[in-house]
Amino acid sequence: MADITLLADALVRSTPLILAGLAVALAFRGGVFNLGAEGQLMMGAAASAAISIKLAPLMGPSVIVVSLGGGAVAGALWAGIAAELKRRFHVLEIISTIMLNFIAIHLVSFLVRGPMQEPTRIYPQTESLADSARLPIIIPGTRLHAGLILAVLLAVCLHWIFKHTAAGFRVRALGAGPNAARSAGQIDIAVLSWRVFVMSGAIAGLAGAIEVSGVTFALYENISPGYGYTAIAVALIAGLNPLGVIASGVFFGVLETAALALQRDFGIPSSIASMVEALLILVTLALAGLRGYLAFLAPRERTA
Amino acid sequence: MDVHTRANWTLSPPAADASTEHAAEQPDLCLHEVSKKFGNVIALDKASLTLRKGSIHALLGENGAGKTTLMRIAFGLIRPDSGSIDVKGKRVDFASPAQAIASGIGMVHQQFSLVPEMTVAENVALGGRGRYDAKTTARRIEAISNRIGMQLDPFAKVKTLTSSQRQKLEIVRTFAHDASILILDEPTAVLTPRDIGDLFAQLRKFAAEGGSVILITHKLRDAIDNADDVTVLRRGKCVLASPMQLVDQGTLALAMLGSSTVTPPSAPRPATNLSRVVVKFDDVFFEDERRVARLENASLQVAAGEIVGVAALEGAASQMLGLMAGRLQPTSGTIKLPTAIGFVPEDRSEEAVIPAQTLIENTALANAGARSRMIDWHNVRTQTTHIIADFSVRASGPTAAMSELSGGNQQKFVLGRELKDHPALLVLENPTQGLDVHAANAIHEKIKAAANDGTAIVIYSSDLDELAALSDRVLVVSRGRIAAARPDKESIGSLLLETAD
Repeated sequence: MADITLLADALVRSTPLILAGLAVALAFRGGVFNLGAEGQLMMGAAASAAISIKLAPLMGPSVIVVSLGGGAVAGALWAGIAAELKRRFHVLEIISTIMLNFIAIHLVSFLVRGPMQEPTRIYPQTESLADSARLPIIIPGTRLHAGLILAVLLAVCLHWIFKHTAAGFRVRALGAGPNAARSAGQIDIAVLSWRVFVMSGAIAGLAGAIEVSGVTFALYENISPGYGYTAIAVALIAGLNPLGVIASGVFFGVLETAALALQRDFGIPSSIASMVEALLILVTLALAGLRGYLAFLAPRERTA
Repeated sequence: MDVHTRANWTLSPPAADASTEHAAEQPDLCLHEVSKKFGNVIALDKASLTLRKGSIHALLGENGAGKTTLMRIAFGLIRPDSGSIDVKGKRVDFASPAQAIASGIGMVHQQFSLVPEMTVAENVALGGRGRYDAKTTARRIEAISNRIGMQLDPFAKVKTLTSSQRQKLEIVRTFAHDASILILDEPTAVLTPRDIGDLFAQLRKFAAEGGSVILITHKLRDAIDNADDVTVLRRGKCVLASPMQLVDQGTLALAMLGSSTVTPPSAPRPATNLSRVVVKFDDVFFEDERRVARLENASLQVAAGEIVGVAALEGAASQMLGLMAGRLQPTSGTIKLPTAIGFVPEDRSEEAVIPAQTLIENTALANAGARSRMIDWHNVRTQTTHIIADFSVRASGPTAAMSELSGGNQQKFVLGRELKDHPALLVLENPTQGLDVHAANAIHEKIKAAANDGTAIVIYSSDLDELAALSDRVLVVSRGRIAAARPDKESIGSLLLETAD
């Protein structure tokens, strides 16, 4: 049974990576460089925890829907700050989203030591969520929760949207050729890119909400060991393909879980896994950069 | 080029080899049959230019004719695919501008290459070697400024300078690097008339002292009044090279805008019924984002089945075409347009197609903004197959990436896509630019066929022969005003020149 537990743990770890990976893939596909999945995820987690704690006694089991929805809205609002800065003042989202990550992390840190701290005021975390606000376990005896199903469903859904709908095609056109999308496609690219940004934030926020409702059952500092950053690698290795994100998300989940097990059982430092991860990110970026470089070199080298 | 330690510099070009008269006959710069392709686009096709010592040489041509590319090759910024370069009789192969500068070539770019946060003196010293001494450099700048009559404060930060002052700084910097061959890319665009006069007087003096100058410009007047020799490029080819005394304004304009060896007009088109008005401009006024009036009091009509040519110098018609294609909104006045408009923009790879996507996806791109719900990819694939067949697009199939197609085939595809729903109006910008003769002819035939089917065609071209061959009538746009011309090269050309200055 240890095997099942270990596998379930890996999938638990994969769930936020898949969700945040989808957020990044959606944004990058639409030409929006949202590097703020981490912060959007934290805000989603905070909002979801607050809603669950306040409303669980009043609402019964339907609180979980409100709580997840609230997390998505919080993520969307957090991304919305960067989207507005981009739309109004042309602030590069690469910078603004990273800055907003720091703000979000410290905001959560403040919340769990201040207004949201558990009643005994000893630990820097919120009180635990009521059972009604927790996601159901899908394999009894393990920690694997229904969030994984949501993540996979969302990936399939996004894949279908990209492939078959006009809206999905517009997003792909926006990312692949913004000027042609505007001129030949008559797409309002400013509005579309704003929407992509906010949707991406909503998915990252949902990742945080599912983490709180399915795994930690409370909000505390460091609730995310950098899921939002690993998600960038997850999305890039998947080639920004939503179905690919499932596979690469599970891969990273297994890698990180295995590293913890290796440390526990054999004393191999888990930082080895972090190094492997970082190397993978670098190799992926180098490959993506090289591919982009080769593809764009010839047509871009144009003069008046 | 050590600009800092050599104190006794002069504006006069470095003394010529005292050797012989033979040296004086040697051209300062000789570009021989230089060719360059960017992707599928032929930028230069065996272009040549010979710069005599002590002369001012005008390099003329429309936008995209290859003037700047040719000069960038001479300055070592771009390597040519073939052809040779000789500087003062010596074969060179520049790997970088540093080597060109070392050979005595200086270039003033159209876009400024200055560091705004640094002072005038620091910008002049950039690229020099050795210790930077503000005072020495400042003295140098003052001396040059006095000589060429362009006053600059050496300690002013560049970001505080006006465009005109920045242009002066660019020129001063080139002189400071001891250039004996000067290349100026549209130097007068941002100068005041007085500064322009001073500049040309100084260039004249510089040439008289043995230097030589290449002047890239599209202002015919400047070229005629100041240059000794002239070379005209069109579509990357050298179409005219002559001493300036032997040519007049009309010859130059025709050389820039149209060839004398274009295909003869094919069968006459049936007379069109002009009563069905498709486009109607009523007193239209358009201001760009900098509040400059680009179109004033424009009133015009285009009827179904008509081919209306648009002639203009240097993009003067781009706003009118944008309005016509429904891509821009007028500042005031009313415009009546049909709902279905096809548009073939000038910058094909950037605005008309997405190179990384497939032909099918590029078909779906047309009116992507108006689509809703699902895309019927099966249907789009059928449309794509039809475009490929009807417009003889050479591609491996509908799933080929757009980037695999040659420029001509991309353009045929775009035209086919824009015509597939039989729009009431088709707006085209330079639809055959960069295409070979066969592809251009194929495009022309398709345009005429569409007009015969009742589509109103508005076509802008910088090639007057193309306009004359295709159009039923021609509109000349200049300085925001529209005038009508007969569809022949001479009347378009003379109207363009009359209204240009």
